[in-house]
Amino acid sequence: MVSGCDMAVELSTDSELMFKYDGTIWRRSRLPSGRARIRICTRGVFVSGGPELKSAVDGERLVLAAVGPWTAAHSDALERTIDETVATPAAARKVEIDMSGIDRLDTFGAWLLERLRRTLASDGREAVLVGVSDDRRGLIEDLQKVNLEPAESNSHLLGLNWLAAIGATMAEVTRSFLLLAQMLGEVSHAGVRALIRPGSFRLTSTVHHLDRVGWRAVPIILLITFLIGAIIAQQGIFHFRRFGAEVYVVDMVGVLVLREIGVLIVCIMVAGRSGSAYTAELGAMKMREEIDALRTMGFDPVEVLILPRIVAIVIAVPILTFLGSMAALYGGGLVCWLYGGMNPDIFLSRLKESISLNHFVVGMVKAPFMAMMIGIVACVEGLQVKGSADSLGSQTTASVVKSIFLVIVLDGFFAIFFASMGK
Amino acid sequence: MDTTMAATEMNIAAAGRVPAPKAIISVSDVVVGFGERVILDHLSLDVMRGEILGFVGGSGAGKSVLMRTIVGLVPKREGRITVLDVDLDAATDEERRAIERRWGVLFQHGALFSSLTVLQNVQFPMREYLDISPRLRDEIAMAKLEMVGLKADVGDKYPAELSGGMTKRVALARALALDPDILFLDEPTSGLDPIGAGDFDELIATLQRTLGLTVFMVTHDLDSLHTVCDRIAVLADGKVIAAGPMSVMLASEHPWLKAYFRGKRSRAGRASQETGRPGAAS
Ligand SMILES: Nc1ncnc2c1ncn2[C@@H]1O[C@H](COP(=O)(O)OP(=O)(O)OP(=O)(O)O)[C@@H](O)[C@H]1O
Ligand SMILES: [Mg+2]
Repeated sequence: MVSGCDMAVELSTDSELMFKYDGTIWRRSRLPSGRARIRICTRGVFVSGGPELKSAVDGERLVLAAVGPWTAAHSDALERTIDETVATPAAARKVEIDMSGIDRLDTFGAWLLERLRRTLASDGREAVLVGVSDDRRGLIEDLQKVNLEPAESNSHLLGLNWLAAIGATMAEVTRSFLLLAQMLGEVSHAGVRALIRPGSFRLTSTVHHLDRVGWRAVPIILLITFLIGAIIAQQGIFHFRRFGAEVYVVDMVGVLVLREIGVLIVCIMVAGRSGSAYTAELGAMKMREEIDALRTMGFDPVEVLILPRIVAIVIAVPILTFLGSMAALYGGGLVCWLYGGMNPDIFLSRLKESISLNHFVVGMVKAPFMAMMIGIVACVEGLQVKGSADSLGSQTTASVVKSIFLVIVLDGFFAIFFASMGK
Repeated sequence: MDTTMAATEMNIAAAGRVPAPKAIISVSDVVVGFGERVILDHLSLDVMRGEILGFVGGSGAGKSVLMRTIVGLVPKREGRITVLDVDLDAATDEERRAIERRWGVLFQHGALFSSLTVLQNVQFPMREYLDISPRLRDEIAMAKLEMVGLKADVGDKYPAELSGGMTKRVALARALALDPDILFLDEPTSGLDPIGAGDFDELIATLQRTLGLTVFMVTHDLDSLHTVCDRIAVLADGKVIAAGPMSVMLASEHPWLKAYFRGKRSRAGRASQETGRPGAAS
């Protein structure tokens, strides 16, 4: 044992050894098997108390001697020491802060010294830093120039915050409706221009989006609508059986699927699948200034980016609705046959009696309007993305939530409309 | 006191501390490529403790790729990289984290966190790695922002609201947040006005003197190379073709070095143009 040792670390290992001491990594890759012994001995100042601020009165002057490592790792202790020192009343007007005893200094320590100096100065004492070595002078001088303006506290009028929040929400809702209307106008305008000058229409881009929104969505849409049709039929048979009214299940499945479920399920799927993609794509382009670049080159972003997307979705959704409705009827028929014991011939003839072309038309007419709604909401939200990754996320969420909500509201309006038309 | 200090040294030496070589970063025989293309071809480079190394090379030569390879963002096919005497391939997670805490990186395009404010960006590494009071964190972050030449009111802005030069400065403040031992800078002065770039060079020099910083600086700024860099390394064809102080670069007869350091835009070039054009000054 070395005499005068304050601390000893003993390690017994034959594996990798590494330890950190005073900011430095010491290591040896492999110790010989058996016991290895490492002892670390330091001056008391490191181990027992870390850095220190020793005060001594020297005639008229108070001398504060900073000793030890003044680094970020010790900043908590340092802050406390400084607070205590400042709080200690002292008669001396003149204070010298002696830095020569500091063995390691970083920005954190240097700033704490500077803070100490400023606090003393604001108490009306005369504080100076002495013992500043040449290589530290630059940092100390730099720090004397910073943080001169007091940090302003942004305290709000408490209590009225909720009122402001309500107001802001209302304004936000109004604004988002205006934006939707504006986008509808711009897209219609671009559409009319494309009709007049078909050359300006981006056919390639439209086909590309049609492939993504329509063709690639077919399998998942077929699967989901098939399952929904089957479930409706199963539930219908299960409950109608008690009244012996199983045959009316066919009416229920037919009307429900063709008028409502088919188009709604497809729209919800498309909003989640393609609406979110539209928002994210446009948002990312907005963030990387790609849309601004287009504009400066004299292209209209609505014509280049948005119209093809909206045309694609408006074409895709009715087709998907048709396919989805057929899949749902197929699923319903299959369940009626296998679970309800209804012969497929009976199912078909019953279906023919119970539904008219009207039901089918009502469902199909809604599809393009709902598609338009999803596309426009998605594009508006995409263009609302600001510079941050956060806003991209929240705008994409808003796009899906809003478009599903608006699709259902629109469905309600259609229900009222068709009811008043007597269909 | 002396005896105990001596004891410290002795015991640690006995425990087998790797004798400190002067190189703080040592890259040897590194090969990096993307697909078929080899960007760095058996490249070797040492960065000495406490120096400011300027790293130059043509656009697309692979300077950023080397920097990203050293900090572990790009996988290498061959070779060995040691930082602070630790072989990064053989390092345990713990060792790696300890090293990462001791370097700061400024990316070519800033790479600020877009959903945090400027102040939060600078505080982010402090919050993760240091246990310090919120007050001190705020003060240090503001101090760093002011040291890199930004006004106090920038703190509340989001990265998307900054100009190009401001982004660079905030990124530097963030790289400096933990007072790192090694600073990697990728074109720090591009996008700064000449005055700002000069202040920036001065700040780097001050920090190097005070904190003993080692700086690996990719730059195209000939003024920075002249004023702050202790040594310059030149990358071409996937290798370091020359390394040494400015005087060596200026004396070299290699055609690329000649074009780079003694071309029309260099100081030497401008000086010779002015003297070569009589009457231009009057
Ligand atoms: N992720 C990547 N995938 C494929 N190639 C890449 C990738 N990153 C870089 N490269 C290629 O590596 C080469 C070197 O790129 P690097 O960014 O290092 O250039 P540089 O020297 O930093 O140039 P500059 O001065 O313009 O910044 C370039 O040709 C680039 O195309
Ligand atoms: Mg680069």
